[in-house]
Amino acid sequence: MPITETHELHKRRFGRNLGVALCLVGFCAIVFGLTIAKIRQGSQMEAFDHQPRVSITPPVETDQ
Amino acid sequence: MSDATANSTTSGPGEAQFGDYVALLKPRVMSLVVFTALVGLLVAPVAVPPMIGFTAILFIAIGAGASGALNMWYDADIDGVMKRTARRPVPSGKVAPGEALGLGIALSAMSVAMLGLATNWFAAGLLAFTIFFYAVIYTIWLKRMTPQNIVIGGAAGAFPPMIGWAVATGGVSLESALMFGLIFMWTPPHFWALALFMKSDYHKAKVPMLTVTHGREETRRQILIYTILLVPVAIGAAFTSIGGPLYLAVAVALNAIFLKGAWDIWRRDETVAEADAYATEKKVFRFSLYYLFLHFGALLAEAALRPYGLGGW
Repeated sequence: MPITETHELHKRRFGRNLGVALCLVGFCAIVFGLTIAKIRQGSQMEAFDHQPRVSITPPVETDQ
Repeated sequence: MSDATANSTTSGPGEAQFGDYVALLKPRVMSLVVFTALVGLLVAPVAVPPMIGFTAILFIAIGAGASGALNMWYDADIDGVMKRTARRPVPSGKVAPGEALGLGIALSAMSVAMLGLATNWFAAGLLAFTIFFYAVIYTIWLKRMTPQNIVIGGAAGAFPPMIGWAVATGGVSLESALMFGLIFMWTPPHFWALALFMKSDYHKAKVPMLTVTHGREETRRQILIYTILLVPVAIGAAFTSIGGPLYLAVAVALNAIFLKGAWDIWRRDETVAEADAYATEKKVFRFSLYYLFLHFGALLAEAALRPYGLGGW
């Protein structure tokens, strides 16, 4: 059920809630920016994901 | 580092506001951490992409803030006794001790993890050690045990440029050790000069301060000793890869003035000091703030001039 009535608590904690919200948005922005910076640096973007991947498994030597 | 005026963002009595949680992180101490860590990062021989550098400085600052929150959680009993700290969020009742502890632990873990992911795990390990050193070794263990507590606390404040350097290079070196040494040796004369003229109530809180346990005359002597030991560290940095003629000139001038100030403090006794309302002590304390800022500023200037062939030797 949606909260339609504004409680006194909402007013009292508005500044605090806004601060937390801005911190969370800021954190998301930093993680995003960091990801872009890491990709531009050419960092390894794939890791182990429970199944072998060609890009992260060592090459297998074959006898010819 | 002195955080004598660190509580200006708190709200009035009642429920904790966002500013009260920010005040738990000791924002003024954080600003010094940001500056010195930034210099450590920028003077390093390895360039760091701006976004990664920004993230690193941010999380070093948050880590330092987290150790401040842990300090305020543990020291709430003595903070409540002292006039200077009685209005801090925990002793004033705005923030519950458990909240301060939770915030301190959560931000410590987050800052170390993020620094590790953003840069390297050596820098993250150094940050973790710094938080542990300040919160456990200094705050919990030695602060209430020894009058050399300022010296020990100063080590925690000295790590940020070393972490900044580690962010760029992935290790430590003579240069980063000298930047550490500069802040480490500077802290005692800086703080004890303040302790001589500030009527503190540490004795009421049963925190052993040198002025109380060993007397003011001995404090004056210790200021001179630490300043003499500081000089070769500060000037020595001029002859490493981060130094240069500009830094050397600045360091020689600043150290000559600081040494003269420490000498003057040592030569005075309480009667003379009280007669002129601790004018020399106040002057030396104020100068000590410029001393540190200008040393790191000169290191930064050397690094900024280097691409134009002007910085360094």
